[in-house]
Amino acid sequence: MSEIADKVKKIVVEHLGVEESKVTPEASFIDDLGADSLDTVELVMAFEEAFNVEIPEDAAEKITTVKDAIDYIEKQKVA
Amino acid sequence: MDVSNRERAGLLLSAGVNSERRRVVVTGMGIVGPLGLGVENVWSRLTAGESGIGRITQFDPSDLPAQIAGEVPKGPTSEGKLTLEEWVPVKDQRKMDRFIHMGLVAATEAVEDSGWKPQSEEDKCRTGVMIGSGIGGLQTIYDASITVHEGRARRLSPFFIPSALINLVSGHVSIKYGFQGPNHSVVTACATGVHAIGDAARLIMFGDADVMVAGGAEATVCPLGIAGFCSARALSTGFNETPQAASRPWDKDRDGFVMGEGSGVVVLEEYEHAKARGAKIYGEIIGYGMSGDAYHITAPAEGHYGAYRAMRAALQSAGLTTADIQYVNAHGTSTMADDMELEAVERLFGDDARKLAMSSTKSATGHLLGAAGAVEAIFSILAIRDNVAPPTLNLDDPSRESVIDRVAHTAQQRPINVALSNSFGFGGTNASLIVRGV
Repeated sequence: MSEIADKVKKIVVEHLGVEESKVTPEASFIDDLGADSLDTVELVMAFEEAFNVEIPEDAAEKITTVKDAIDYIEKQKVA
Repeated sequence: MDVSNRERAGLLLSAGVNSERRRVVVTGMGIVGPLGLGVENVWSRLTAGESGIGRITQFDPSDLPAQIAGEVPKGPTSEGKLTLEEWVPVKDQRKMDRFIHMGLVAATEAVEDSGWKPQSEEDKCRTGVMIGSGIGGLQTIYDASITVHEGRARRLSPFFIPSALINLVSGHVSIKYGFQGPNHSVVTACATGVHAIGDAARLIMFGDADVMVAGGAEATVCPLGIAGFCSARALSTGFNETPQAASRPWDKDRDGFVMGEGSGVVVLEEYEHAKARGAKIYGEIIGYGMSGDAYHITAPAEGHYGAYRAMRAALQSAGLTTADIQYVNAHGTSTMADDMELEAVERLFGDDARKLAMSSTKSATGHLLGAAGAVEAIFSILAIRDNVAPPTLNLDDPSRESVIDRVAHTAQQRPINVALSNSFGFGGTNASLIVRGV
């Protein structure tokens, strides 16, 4: 797993208080990991802070799974 | 309106309410505060004459004139101390200010104690919550202000607002237990706790609910809270080296109140409802009176007629006279206003003052602001249960003599059937509650 994926996973575990094994790439923040809409806002902020990227609102709305987050951040980092 | 008209209106109203009002009893109680966790633990420490005041540990208070407070002791539940993660899951803790943590702890204790676990939709809808706070999420607001000030407004937590809002204790308690009845909150500074219990009792009397979880929560032992009350010249600053001597109601050396934190919550229940389910009944809320000073934002008027009228209104609503009251839990914050409250009690009680015991438990707990009235209502109920008047610590040399026994230093065993508890708040708001055994 990439360094980015590792870090994303860690942030999700920390913020949503879920077990690491549940944070699979396909896991949906809301449907599988018990987040509500405010949790997802906070998660995106935590990603922005940790990776020093900006995630505009329309992009943030499309980040619903762990994989979505990893892909978005990896793309930003390459660009 | 002249006085006689006013009196008539008051009598008419209380007669009308008395004739058909539903009785409200207390079936659950919870406390977390400077004397620790758990009603029985706190009560036994209080009546043993222990103090919960010490040097502030939550932050370095060295820059402030007041460096002491009544903080909730951290530690194992078995020792009567608070291990927060046992009460609020870690991942939820940062979504709430500390005052909400406090309220949740006391409410959980009270609800579990009451044994009331409504299963049907109807029972859940007949159960409400009214837990207030004097100030709310002050530390949360402070932290958020810094984030914005540093130009990081976009990094502000989405939980900032719901973490700071006063009515969110009621919100969280309702979510935790599924209580779908009236969900309300009181904000009347240091009178909050009494107003919350009194108003919630009336919701039951008027049929809006059968059960109400009511009380107050506060957590302002933070730099902004201490500095703010210091600026208002309200806090004790002369006892930083001897914290346990700082809260000394009525004593001539008192120099301000000591900030306390925590929460007191009771479960109020309609009497027949409580009886029908075989609930343990601690006592009954029989009187509640309110008034406003219309005088000054922080100081009571000479003679404290606002306090006098609140107590008189409470007696009227209970249909009692001063001869029926054996114990008063005073507002008694350890400020100049102590003697004004004393004077108002003496004036109201007349000759009955000679038989009265009145103490200020803030001498042991400090002043829990919006939680004080609720914690002290619980102490009043326990005073009746055990026939014990809790002590006023540090009352070495009263600044004003009185025929009233102020229970200096040590608790007293004495017959107590009916007790009155006072709370007065900034803005000139006054509230008195009368409780009795059942």
